[in-house]
Amino acid sequence: MIDTKLTGNAHKFGDDINTDYIIPGKYLMKITDNDELAKHAMEGVDPDFRDKAEPGDFIVGGNNFGSGSSREEAPTVIKHSGVAAVIAKSFARIFYRNALNIGLPIVECNTDKIDEGDKLSLDLSAGTLTNLDKEKNIRITPLPEEMTTILNDGGLVNHLDKHDTFAL
Amino acid sequence: MSSNTDMTISEKILTNKAGKKVTAGDIVVADLDLMMFHDGTFHLVTEAWNKLKKGKIAYPDKVVTIIDHSAPAPTAGAANLHKELRKFTSDHGIKLYDVGQGICHQIVPERGHVVPGDLVVGADSHTTTYGGINVFSTGVGATDLAASLHTGQLWFKVPETIRINLAGEFSDGVYSKDLILWLAGKLTADGATYKTLEFGGPGMESMSIDARLTVANMAIELGGKAGIMEADEKTSDWVEKRSNKEPQPAKPDPKANYSQDMYVDLSDIEPSVAMPHAVDNYSRVVDLPETKVDQAVIGTCTNGRLEDLKVAAEIAEGNAIADGVRFIISPASNEIYEQASEEGILEELVQAGGSVITPGCGPCLGTHNGIPADGETVISTANRNFKGRMGNGNAEIFLGSPATVMASAIEGKITDPRDFT
Repeated sequence: MIDTKLTGNAHKFGDDINTDYIIPGKYLMKITDNDELAKHAMEGVDPDFRDKAEPGDFIVGGNNFGSGSSREEAPTVIKHSGVAAVIAKSFARIFYRNALNIGLPIVECNTDKIDEGDKLSLDLSAGTLTNLDKEKNIRITPLPEEMTTILNDGGLVNHLDKHDTFAL
Repeated sequence: MSSNTDMTISEKILTNKAGKKVTAGDIVVADLDLMMFHDGTFHLVTEAWNKLKKGKIAYPDKVVTIIDHSAPAPTAGAANLHKELRKFTSDHGIKLYDVGQGICHQIVPERGHVVPGDLVVGADSHTTTYGGINVFSTGVGATDLAASLHTGQLWFKVPETIRINLAGEFSDGVYSKDLILWLAGKLTADGATYKTLEFGGPGMESMSIDARLTVANMAIELGGKAGIMEADEKTSDWVEKRSNKEPQPAKPDPKANYSQDMYVDLSDIEPSVAMPHAVDNYSRVVDLPETKVDQAVIGTCTNGRLEDLKVAAEIAEGNAIADGVRFIISPASNEIYEQASEEGILEELVQAGGSVITPGCGPCLGTHNGIPADGETVISTANRNFKGRMGNGNAEIFLGSPATVMASAIEGKITDPRDFT
């Protein structure tokens, strides 16, 4: 199971944050330790990200977050850098699956009312997101039932361990 | 959702593989015909596989692996990964194509691992390529791939479909790469998210299988889950020579439900580029300001096929690349390398000043074999031009057809290939 009540600060990014930006290809096949690789998380778009981000913080994006390469290193480095969840207007489909498969929560909502550094509170089981600094609740698109099942099992590996097949 | 029973190509293939009637929007578990991964995704596939602790792969004869992303190994680390991958494939009795055999997305169709109507997943986003021969194929992450190794199945959300009806023929100097770059500009980088791009119509007839694979390859650049062409005589002729598997071509029904219908006259398409740093940052070549290039690359899973090299060689004949330009050629497979060599294609390209590298992915994703320097400009036949994609965030990448890349290498600046016809 994953923590369902999360509080942290927002790190704001734009549209089309592709997986090459999240983890540049030049590190793949060179660094295989996930914590080491995570030192380069978001480096392609913000080289200072790891200095700024605290464990429990959120990555906040625009449209088409996680586009491009299918590399699962992308959600993996985000998770290993301590980020609690990725919140975006929309996600590229492979990233969306990969994130939930490894147990990294993702949230779809309008992110226009979230600015860099805003303190956010996310309750995954209640399905609520609050911008504490702006005292605003933000409506989030609920995950499909099948995806909630996988996330609640702690990712796809644990789901298959539990059921031995896809129990969706 | 209408109640009609007519189906798109995607609905037909997923209905067949799920063993029940499915409609766009349904979530289904379906049987896979092939699972593919390579040296670039092997590490996390085995990490997920080891966590699953399932021991045996369900259908080893339906699994193909390729060493192409760092081939030959540029570092001791990559060499050690390759060694582990060889052991994994031999322990599990799965097919391995080792260094130099080719790029996964050329090997899989070329060696007959897929036929029309198949359902395929690969731990690589450009797995959409096989749609060029009427296969529903899509990229997945390492954990999904590991799960499919265990079950021989995967869950899918049945995608909605954007139908693209093609008419006419390309003019001289214009190719299928120009079509898909134009389409990326029109639909944008997320215009087909969660959707299939389905291609058909009389315009398809003039497109070779090589040309169709190029278009399907880049469906993912529009966010697409798949890019599927209707099958025709060209498809069956091409597949028959390469595979003993029984094809089950999927044809869309006349009243299938499409989320969008587009009509494209191929004769309207012009030589095109994607400008830095996004695939949907479209421009006609003629509209570009003078753009000097430092490096030109012909190859990759998008445009490293025989026809691509042939087009470049015809332009290269009797010409030389401009001073100060580096010109790298990577045939997409060993078979293409051999054919291009036999037909004198490589000779033309090398005489013009090109250097041929091992079939593989290196330059495209920046692992090795042609990383640009700070401030440099590259024109490439690849499918992605994200900042840093080729290994240096301080370089700029333009994408174009093999003809545009070749003409640009000769002139030392981005050039309309029609100047050479």
